[in-house]
Amino acid sequence: MGQDVEISGVSMRFNEVYAVRDINVHIQAGEFFSFLGPSGCGKTTLLRLVSGFMDPSCGQIKIGGKDMCKIGSNNRPTAMIFQNLALFPLMTVAQNIGFGLEVRHVAKAKREKKVEELIELVDLYGTGDRMVSELSGGQKQRVAIARALAVNPAVLLLDEPLSALDLRLRNHMRAELRNIQRRTDVTFIYITHDQTEALTMSDRVGVMSIGKLEQVAKSDIIYNTPKTAFVASFVGESNIVDGDIIRIDGDYALLKTAAGSFFGKNPQHMDKGETATIFIRPETVFLATDSNAENRLTCRTKTISFEGAYAVVTLATEQGQIFTMRLNNDGSVPRIEEGEDIKVRFNRENAFLLKDGGTSIA
Amino acid sequence: MRDFWNTALKDLGKIGVAYILITVGVWVVFMILIPQLIMFDYSLRPMLPLRDIGGPRDVWTLKNYMVFFTNRLHMAIFFKTIWSSLIVTVTALTICYPIAFYLAKVARGAKIGLLMLGLIIPYWINELLRLFAWQIILADMGILNQLLIFLGIIADPINFRMGNGAVILGMTYAYILFMVFPIYNVMESLDRNQLDAARDLGASWLRIHYKIVMPHAKPGIAVGCTMTFMLAAGTVAAPQLLGSPSSFWFTQVINTNFECANWNLGAAYATVLMLLCVVFMFMMLKLFKVGLKELTQ
Amino acid sequence: MKSSKSIFRIIIGLYLTLFFAYMFLPLIFMTIIAFNANDIPQITPWKGFTLMWFGELAKDDQMWSALWNSFLVAFSVVAISVPIGLGGALLLTRLQFKARNFVYGVLVSPILTPGIILGISTFLFWDSYMDIPGGLWTAILGQSTFISSYCMLLIMSRAQRFDLTQEEAAFDLGATHGQVFWKITLPFLRPALISSMALAFMQSFDNYNTTLFAIGVEQTLPIYIGTKLRSFISPAMNALAVVFILLTVLGAIIYEYRRRREMIKAA
Repeated sequence: MGQDVEISGVSMRFNEVYAVRDINVHIQAGEFFSFLGPSGCGKTTLLRLVSGFMDPSCGQIKIGGKDMCKIGSNNRPTAMIFQNLALFPLMTVAQNIGFGLEVRHVAKAKREKKVEELIELVDLYGTGDRMVSELSGGQKQRVAIARALAVNPAVLLLDEPLSALDLRLRNHMRAELRNIQRRTDVTFIYITHDQTEALTMSDRVGVMSIGKLEQVAKSDIIYNTPKTAFVASFVGESNIVDGDIIRIDGDYALLKTAAGSFFGKNPQHMDKGETATIFIRPETVFLATDSNAENRLTCRTKTISFEGAYAVVTLATEQGQIFTMRLNNDGSVPRIEEGEDIKVRFNRENAFLLKDGGTSIA
Repeated sequence: MRDFWNTALKDLGKIGVAYILITVGVWVVFMILIPQLIMFDYSLRPMLPLRDIGGPRDVWTLKNYMVFFTNRLHMAIFFKTIWSSLIVTVTALTICYPIAFYLAKVARGAKIGLLMLGLIIPYWINELLRLFAWQIILADMGILNQLLIFLGIIADPINFRMGNGAVILGMTYAYILFMVFPIYNVMESLDRNQLDAARDLGASWLRIHYKIVMPHAKPGIAVGCTMTFMLAAGTVAAPQLLGSPSSFWFTQVINTNFECANWNLGAAYATVLMLLCVVFMFMMLKLFKVGLKELTQ
Repeated sequence: MKSSKSIFRIIIGLYLTLFFAYMFLPLIFMTIIAFNANDIPQITPWKGFTLMWFGELAKDDQMWSALWNSFLVAFSVVAISVPIGLGGALLLTRLQFKARNFVYGVLVSPILTPGIILGISTFLFWDSYMDIPGGLWTAILGQSTFISSYCMLLIMSRAQRFDLTQEEAAFDLGATHGQVFWKITLPFLRPALISSMALAFMQSFDNYNTTLFAIGVEQTLPIYIGTKLRSFISPAMNALAVVFILLTVLGAIIYEYRRRREMIKAA
């Protein structure tokens, strides 16, 4: 049975540098929660804090309502799946899986039975007596999962477990992990830098920038309603233009930029005169038919990249601003030629005005 | 500091940390440091009959060292030991360098294993017995003499044991392994392609060795030379078995001191030997520009 | 080009032959002499094939007692040096501290110290200050001082390749420190521990310089050989050498056989 994880005001400092700063999030019992962020954002540190390998410099971590302060990793109701799997090379598959039970002095018969059950659960029939070095990448993954589940953890922690697998296997494992989570009802905390992974697998996603938690929400909300500039630029693609706010219109604001003035949502409630950045997803840009509509741009088509189900069109405004447009290949859009001058626009509900600019994350 | 203890305890547990501290502590304090200091202390005290120890005559003095520095015979032996040890080192280096190179770069496959075995097997036999073998060969009626007489090269047997020749020969024989392996180890890490490339560009083998192989092998050569020199200067077995009174070795002087129960003098001489080795080692490091860390196997 | 290459080969071949002749001939001579019924160890004059020197060797009580002491000392040295070497290896590979290089130097220094100095200092310390007279105990301690360093180096080279995340995983699954060490770390280190035991045994058994000064009036086999060789030379010593050679060759054959078997298994 999964338990909830409450992270309150947690910071971790190494010498002068903060790996994570003031993290606050309440992960529900039985939830599949992902931390998404670029390398070095502190997600691994956070995972290790939850698992008990480190104690936070300040803040508190509670699992199932119980404070985990000073409780070592071997006494916490967590189990971790490491990035390099850390399987025990001198033991067989069965011995690996049964290790957690062995150190708890579970009787041999009972232990073997549980190992059998888990081998069945992760679909590893007949490999019990093999050495782990003989297995394939996907099989090793499943041994790691079974080994962790053997100790009935309340929370399972996964450290980018799929990053070393090829694409097909990765997709397959994603589905499997989701299945296992649903069946066992264990709380999964998953960290990754791959947004597709995070968005498709999770109940909720926590987006992290360097040491900070930027937004915690369901996948669709993260994508469609980013709360900060970092989230908007890290998750999905965006067209990004800087400018100044010249008018407020309820929940919306008008941004004056070098490429023109545009209306967009103003979730951070910024004031007139503030500098902001507007984010527009390529798939929300379309050809303008109404010559009087707002949020209109006149551009020259630079390149058209046909990618099967859709086409990616790169446009340049008169001022040299580059825009990307994504058009579905459903025949509804007339054919565009390279070098053609066209007019495009987007709806104000699909644009976001956010602070701090959209610097790309290196 | 507290961070250090916390991580240590978290990583190894209370028992683990205690185990490490106790074993290493006992080792360093009771086996390395204190005995060394005691020996040094002994060297600074005069030799006194039992009843005088702890009394007024038991003071720190450099008298023992003065005995050494004023004794011309002992000084001569000391320098002769250094000189002979250098000869042993250079001879061993000259002999072993080609072998190490051959083993590391030229020999292939099964040959390597066989040659290695051929190098190591003699060393499983006790050093003394191997020196004994040379004792037999070089004896007055020994094999070498008999051969020379048989071939008519000489009429009367040569006393090989006069002078240092026998000792040097025996020592070189005894310490070849300690010179070969460090050099071999280092040479193994040299990329064969470099040699092929140099050859391809027309360099002669002499050049290749001088410019490519030797600089790379410097750490190994330094280690080998250091070990060989220290073994040669510090050994008692070879001089005892192959030497004669005229080729007394410094270690034998120390031994004599101890046999005469003058432990203080012996300790002083031993300290001098120790200083010699330390100085030599640092000279080697400086000469070859190597750090202390390059002392793996 | 071809002719210079074959001249090259001849030179190398010659050099190698000379070198290995230099290494092995003395041993071959030794063996032959052991069977010569000549009172003086020589090849000529050959006074007939005999095994009597082996008999004389077997009757030498002093030799047997020295042999027994050698085993006693060697096993004790193994029992002391390997645990200490393990402690040193763990200290240097698992703990991070500023003076690491310095401590490394101190722990390796016994190897660089001439054997007689280790023997002298051990003897002086235990005999004068601890009231334990020179004998087997001081010999054991003197030898262990530097043999521990060798063990430490051997174990260290293995320990450095240990994947620490395995220990973390074991902890995470609920193991205590003791369980982690016993079930995960130790099995990994086992090959190094075994080879350091073998190394320690051989180095102890063979040691002369340190033992000579530390052992007082007792004898181990090398001390016995040394004394005998300096006083009255008899071909019984050759017989002893032959025994050594036989054991060594046997050991080499066994080692090579096992190595070949490992290679076949791995293929």
